[in-house]
Amino acid sequence: MILVIAEQRDGKLNRASWEPIIAAQQTGDPVKVVVLGQGIGPVAAELATAAVTEVITVEDATLASYTADACVHALVAVIAAEQPSLVFASHTYQARDFATKLAARLDRAIVTDAVASKPHGSGLAFARPMFQAKLYADVVLQGPEPHFVSYQVGSFRVDALQKGTAPAPVRAMAVDMSGLAIRQKPEAPFREAKQAVDLTQAERIVSVGRGIKTPENIDIARQLAEAMHAELSASRPICDAGWLPFERQVGSSGQTVAPKLYLALGISGAIQHVVGMKGARTIVAINKDADAPIFEIADYGIAGDLFEIAPAMIEALKG
Amino acid sequence: MKIAVCLKQVPARDWQPRVNDSRTWVRDQDASFELNEPDAYALEEALRLKEKHGGEVIVCSAGPARVAQALREGLARGADRAIHVEDDALVEADAFVIAEALAAALREEQVDLVLTGLQSDDQGFAQVGVLLAERLGLPHATIIMEVQVQDGRLRVKRELEGGWFQWVEMPLPALITIQSGINQLRYATLKGIMAAKKKEIKRAGVPAGVGLKQQIVNLYFPEKSKQTRMISGSAADAAKELVRLLREEARVF
Repeated sequence: MILVIAEQRDGKLNRASWEPIIAAQQTGDPVKVVVLGQGIGPVAAELATAAVTEVITVEDATLASYTADACVHALVAVIAAEQPSLVFASHTYQARDFATKLAARLDRAIVTDAVASKPHGSGLAFARPMFQAKLYADVVLQGPEPHFVSYQVGSFRVDALQKGTAPAPVRAMAVDMSGLAIRQKPEAPFREAKQAVDLTQAERIVSVGRGIKTPENIDIARQLAEAMHAELSASRPICDAGWLPFERQVGSSGQTVAPKLYLALGISGAIQHVVGMKGARTIVAINKDADAPIFEIADYGIAGDLFEIAPAMIEALKG
Repeated sequence: MKIAVCLKQVPARDWQPRVNDSRTWVRDQDASFELNEPDAYALEEALRLKEKHGGEVIVCSAGPARVAQALREGLARGADRAIHVEDDALVEADAFVIAEALAAALREEQVDLVLTGLQSDDQGFAQVGVLLAERLGLPHATIIMEVQVQDGRLRVKRELEGGWFQWVEMPLPALITIQSGINQLRYATLKGIMAAKKKEIKRAGVPAGVGLKQQIVNLYFPEKSKQTRMISGSAADAAKELVRLLREEARVF
């Protein structure tokens, strides 16, 4: 059995949690999902629409706001009760905080940032990037089960989720959280900028890179984004220069996105950028340099002048 | 305050890796090495905390002999002393082995705060810091963008996804992993480089009996998985065709 750890905040399911569920479904093994928190009935019901054996909830006041200590304590109890052979999660920032700690607490192996699994002997090998994704490694986990795997966001298309014919049963599991000294005291999450944008939820994104040349030219990209009902984002050099705020940065040091459409304007395709957007369903690259690496991963490409093509696209979109 | 910073030495970013004959690791004989970028930010943050609160900064690294160069760099930037867990086998070690090696070296130091980068530029596990915290029995927080120390407690700003942040408080001693860009890096001065030559690098051995938990069975270059449809013609024609394909074929609108 594979146990998938789903993630929620304030009763809202993290969309990335569907991906490890898909990964688990694709192995053919029975799948259970666990979600922690307080007042998470609606989240559990949403998860129960997937074709899984059951959804397990652990509700407690100590789990209302995420802390690594409470999260690990609760999951140790769930794993002891359920005895999964594999535990999957999405490689979110939260998973980076607790998943390795959980594996270490149980002294079990973990592979992070996996993008796929493949048969290896009687078990599985997990493919993950190495050296900024210049290479990939197939990793086999050693030692007793359960083995832990966190999947890179964007590794699976959410429309690959198998839905159940009827909702899966939801079961509340009681975990004794009393007597646990939670060392981290979290304050309420906040956004730095007033107009902060969550690019991970965007359906369409227009992104600009060095090829845009001047801060004034970003208007062209902004107009194209508006015409496409898309969010505007950028590669790191644009945000480092202060032409767009950091919150709009896509890439290894910014956000990881998986929209339906990602249109890269004047982006060369350095790996630090590509790891943040390669999960997009459709990638369009417009770049002067026909040899730019961005074309390696693009579905559609135009090798040309973005200052001519972007306005022409705005015109074409009106038709 | 006694602060330890864990440094990793990684191949330079522009290095083009080659795979060894057994396809289990890279051939890095031709690589030049540099300080892992997030670790450089962790070191800078440690130096700033020392300037503010006093104390000592110890840089610590687990790796082969060449790693001493990264430790010298740390000393030149202002760290007080260094610990080098030295073993050639650490080149191909996984995060569990590295964390055990660092934990063994740091346990007796009884530091107040351990800093690491959030992940390495080569393997990118994002595991060593968290594992080390668990092995040392310390509370931890990851992907930190601001650090405050007051009255024996630590208050740190965690980066969440999508532009969200969160302050988290915890008691010292603790471990935090630092995000790139948290501060402005300083570079070693000539004076710093000269002073570093007199500073101590303590050698330590790898603890026995720690086995790998991850085995690489195949290391390879990614295959191009996509057929790119290049659209030619005048800007107006190409733009029109692209919009048509996005509407009718890709159906993204």
